[in-house]
Amino acid sequence: MSEMTYRDALNLALKEEMRHDPSVFVLGEDVALYEGSFKVTRGLLAEFGEERVRDTPISENTIIGVSVGAAMGGLRPVAELMTVNFALLAMDQIVNHMAKIRSMFGGQTFLPMTIRMPGGGGSQLGAQHSQSLETYFMHCPGMHVLYPATPADAKGLLKSAIRDNNPVVFLEHELLYNSKGEVPEDPEFLVPIGKARVARSGDQVTVVGYGRMTILALQAAEELAGEGVSCEVVDLRSLAPLDTETIVASVKKSGRVVVVEECWRTCGLGAEIASRIYDACFDLLQAPVKRVSGLDVPMPYSRKIEKTCIPQAETIRQAVKDVMSGRY
Amino acid sequence: MQTRLRMVLPDQELLKLYEQMFLSREFEESCAEQYAKGHITGFLHLYSGQEAVAVGATAGLHKDDYILSAYREHAQAIVRGADPKRVMAELFGKATGICKGKGGSMHLFDPSLNFMGGYAIVGGQFPISVGLAFAAQYRGEERIAACFFGDGAVNQGTFHESLNWAQLWHLPVLFVCENNFYGIGTEVHRSSALASIHKRTCGYDIPSEKVDGMDVIAVYKAVKYATEKVRESGHPYFIEATTYRFRGHSMADPAKYRSAAEHEVWKARDPLPNYARQLLDESIATREQLDAIETRCRATVEAAVKFAEESPWPEDSTVWEDIYV
Ligand SMILES: Cc1ncc(C[n+]2csc(CCOP(=O)(O)OP(=O)(O)O)c2C)c(N)n1
Ligand SMILES: [Mg+2]
Repeated sequence: MSEMTYRDALNLALKEEMRHDPSVFVLGEDVALYEGSFKVTRGLLAEFGEERVRDTPISENTIIGVSVGAAMGGLRPVAELMTVNFALLAMDQIVNHMAKIRSMFGGQTFLPMTIRMPGGGGSQLGAQHSQSLETYFMHCPGMHVLYPATPADAKGLLKSAIRDNNPVVFLEHELLYNSKGEVPEDPEFLVPIGKARVARSGDQVTVVGYGRMTILALQAAEELAGEGVSCEVVDLRSLAPLDTETIVASVKKSGRVVVVEECWRTCGLGAEIASRIYDACFDLLQAPVKRVSGLDVPMPYSRKIEKTCIPQAETIRQAVKDVMSGRY
Repeated sequence: MQTRLRMVLPDQELLKLYEQMFLSREFEESCAEQYAKGHITGFLHLYSGQEAVAVGATAGLHKDDYILSAYREHAQAIVRGADPKRVMAELFGKATGICKGKGGSMHLFDPSLNFMGGYAIVGGQFPISVGLAFAAQYRGEERIAACFFGDGAVNQGTFHESLNWAQLWHLPVLFVCENNFYGIGTEVHRSSALASIHKRTCGYDIPSEKVDGMDVIAVYKAVKYATEKVRESGHPYFIEATTYRFRGHSMADPAKYRSAAEHEVWKARDPLPNYARQLLDESIATREQLDAIETRCRATVEAAVKFAEESPWPEDSTVWEDIYV
């Protein structure tokens, strides 16, 4: 184990997988010479050279299309989209091509590719640069969607994503890059795709989070512990496939749930999770599933009002108190 | 050979160009200070070095013409007439900002000035410019849509689709590429197969020319000529203005990918002192007159900062406002 940042853990995963498999290559805007807008690809060009670490034009749809072709042609591309917001320019290749190709062609080919996308709000980047689009990807069958909250999961999940033979959308939160944690050094350390993690044990309320929302949920849980409320925090890690089993096991214990989602509330992943919980264990619930969500508004720039649009530890704490006291 | 200035514009107009460039530079450098103090947050892309493009081009346009740009657009908005106070307040995230604090540095907008927005998705403004030009044509208005963008933006699909469209529908669009040779850390020849950007328009049969974007008069003349052509022919036109940003891509970028020597070469071509020298050499202004202009600009920017500082924050409830009509 060694302590490192979320950024360095991702960087290490990239390096290890590039050493491990010569068919892995990295492409994206400013990933090589500039070492990435968020410096996740630092040192890659120096170690692996221009053949395997490639700067691209600002052409998102084609970055993904080229990755699809390269994957079909026997390579293992790891594309970086500078931020998730720009994935919207690549939705044609992601949704109409990448996610369909294997099934549409009767299983005769596969696309072992990963798309990394930093995203999330909270940095006063305004409406076009602050989006949380996880639900957009989860909605589409044919690809996995991962979202680590900790440095260890960042490393282990990214390695699994790169080794996986399915297309993977890999989301990273811009405000987590500097967060630190213990990370296994073992180059064979992998975090399985499709498995949630119980990040904190408790038995009165289950709080479900992912990405930065897990970190806020843990903060809220810590404060609530001081007030005598025991929360279990489930960190989804994998949004698709979604680990319903781990969520339901926790809910069966607690009988109360708060789902925290950074994305817009309408059609947010919290609705999907609530529905799965109702299907699996409606009769065991002591309160309706409570959702803490991003507000259904384009993100304003001003820091004063941006804050009110994004879930905060305090809103999560309040939500837990609400389900405990029967105020839904 | 530089053109004699008086052959181009009357003295008053020539001085106005200087004032606009100086104001832009002062505004940007003040933004850098306010960013360091934490008053401006988020992304901040400064225009220092590129002033001759916005100022020369805006002078060559009519007030009715639309202007659209990317996220490095403070100067474009201010030169078009946006109140520096309300622009600074926007950057501070205050309720008095030009977009009520909702837009920020990358998203200025003022339809009363036909300034139709700063867009932060690279290439987003191309088709919108085409649409505005279409609306103008449809309504029988005499306007041009002037679309500003960087060298990095020309590899987006929307660039090619919009060039084709504008020519196909005979739309009055003036495309102005501000080629500062870098898209973040990527030099233009590393992102474009044909780095001479104005040549790309031959695929769409759109006339184009390259102009020295460090020379405000050259930009003015090129835009004036281009807009006359557009108004006459009803077809689009394309200008590539070569320029340089003196700062990093944004405040977060130390710009280590550019050599000090390269920077020096461009610094020597700084449009402000060079144009000032021309004004003095041709006796269009005295040093005292220029000093007075500079003092006035500094006071304007100081007043803008004070206004922004003293302005109220937007209320939380405003996040629900202005989403639907
Ligand atoms: C669609 C999209 N992709 C990527 C980005 C990130 N990005 C912001 S500015 C920029 C470089 C643009 O360079 P250029 O067009 O030359 O403009 P300049 O910054 O030099 O003015 C990039 C890649 C973005 N904002 N939008
Ligand atoms: Mg550029």
